[in-house]
Amino acid sequence: MTTRTLLSPATLARPRGKAVYWTVFTGVVVLFALAFLFPVYWMVTGAMKSPDEIAQTPPTIIPKQWHLSGYTDAWDLMQLPEHLWNTVVQAAGAWAFQLVLCTAAAYALSKLKPAFGKLILGGILATLMVPAQALVVPKYLTVADLPLIHTSLLNDPLGIWLPAVANAFNLYLLKRFFDQLPRDVMEAAEIDGAGKLRTLWSIVLPMSRPVLGVVSIFALVAVWQDFLWPLMVFSDTDKQPISVALVQLSQNIQLTVLIAAMVIASIPMVAMFLVFQRHIIAGISAGSTKG
Amino acid sequence: MTRTATRSSVEPTAVRQVQAPPPAGGRGRRRLIDQARAYAFLIGGLICFALFSWYPAIRAVVIAFQKYTPGSSPEWVGTANFTQVWHDPEFAAAWRNTLVFTLLALLIGFAVPFVLALVLNELRHWKAFFRIVVYLPVMIPPVVTALLWKWFYDPGAGLANETLRFLHLPTSNWSNGTDTALISLVIVATWANLGGTVLIYLAALQSIPGELYEAAELDGASLLQRVRYVTVPQTRFVILMLMLLQIIATMQVFTEPFVITGGGPESATVTVLYLIYKYAFLYNDFGGACALSVMLLVLLGVFSAVYLRLTRSGEDDL
Repeated sequence: MTTRTLLSPATLARPRGKAVYWTVFTGVVVLFALAFLFPVYWMVTGAMKSPDEIAQTPPTIIPKQWHLSGYTDAWDLMQLPEHLWNTVVQAAGAWAFQLVLCTAAAYALSKLKPAFGKLILGGILATLMVPAQALVVPKYLTVADLPLIHTSLLNDPLGIWLPAVANAFNLYLLKRFFDQLPRDVMEAAEIDGAGKLRTLWSIVLPMSRPVLGVVSIFALVAVWQDFLWPLMVFSDTDKQPISVALVQLSQNIQLTVLIAAMVIASIPMVAMFLVFQRHIIAGISAGSTKG
Repeated sequence: MTRTATRSSVEPTAVRQVQAPPPAGGRGRRRLIDQARAYAFLIGGLICFALFSWYPAIRAVVIAFQKYTPGSSPEWVGTANFTQVWHDPEFAAAWRNTLVFTLLALLIGFAVPFVLALVLNELRHWKAFFRIVVYLPVMIPPVVTALLWKWFYDPGAGLANETLRFLHLPTSNWSNGTDTALISLVIVATWANLGGTVLIYLAALQSIPGELYEAAELDGASLLQRVRYVTVPQTRFVILMLMLLQIIATMQVFTEPFVITGGGPESATVTVLYLIYKYAFLYNDFGGACALSVMLLVLLGVFSAVYLRLTRSGEDDL
């Protein structure tokens, strides 16, 4: 049964209601197609036009001839495999570090009652108030010369991985989920002789699959989409992720090749979205109503 | 054996007492071991937060009062960085652009998703299709979105002007005109981000009980009145939350101006974060960059505090 919304089912059942509904429906479909799908179509087909055709005015809606050379040139000339691989390494590492360290810390804060736990949690939540981008310069200086050990993480994937762990939002998400897990299950495990690590691994984590999924997606998307931070960390062209490389190379490359590279750079995240869309959309919707 | 027997018959708190008989002295050691174990789990995350969140926040404030060049020892200069930044002609432009950008993004970037969500919530068909399509731009990397729109805004064969020509309308300079550059960037940001807002708002709309609409309709409320007196009050909290989140996000805008306009034309699209970037990496003036960061931080901190206060109180209501 669907709950009623602004319009009552009775209004929609009337002939006039039906006519208006289908007009609006068609209008929205056309609007969505033009506003969201057409730009993507324009990008994908633009990369297949010849350099002359893409500069032509008025433009052709469908390429006169389908060239795949834009894509192959982008792949080779812009060293896309290398930059894509860099991005994968950076995203996967950030994901792994975040999953291990944030989960462990959230578990400790939720269940192990560390001394000063409240204070630490307060300090972590306070970073939510300090938007990340505003602190990007002092963070850069810290990464360039770590205190005490005086090591630089610049041009090193660790410069992405470790700062990614300091993600208060994901940690809080995990902690809140752990808080809701029933206490007696964990106590039962302990009484049966399981240590803290064993309890975390075989009791807590299997029960936390949904939240781990959400955190994983957030972690991967954040690194893949980020631009300013990797721009600062990787001055070395060979180590740059695809987002930084695209902007750096966009100045002096043929338009069709650049557009092809843009399409290739978008494929992984869009593909992931299409595969997990049900979970991602449900996650966004659920996260919002509960604050 | 005895343990399992006690577990089933006695309360969990009692079990713990049975399990750990408190001989004097042993209890303190036991607690120390527990604490060591808790901190073993906590330490990795703690170090990362200390290094990459807490320490930079303190450092921003410290460096804001120093002359700082990497490699040489810093020098205290009092408020010189602040006065110097203040007198930079781009300073006023950056703040004005950031505020105008935020305001426009709020007007356009809020009204459009709001209306879209209202309409989508009434549609009974193709629900999944609409949700996927509206969220698609969010999943395209922001850099690609920015480059894509830079190409659309191309004064020659760009899609934006071609569309205007097709409709026999006067063409525009878009991101290349001093007057139109900022609004062009707002359009990009809205296109790229509205999917998230629409989805969140849709979820909020679905939580409105249908009886409220029914009662309003029985009382003779028209469609617009139902929106005004049922929908808006019922989702007020989410609206406010999304607005604040959007303010915080757009005040930190960087990718669009950096990629599309490079801050130009004539500083028309330099934002505060862009200026911070310029101070640090173009002028090599980290003191100035940190002074700017502190200013941005204070302002955003106020918005964030309001946001957190609101979400907290919202939780209590639920």
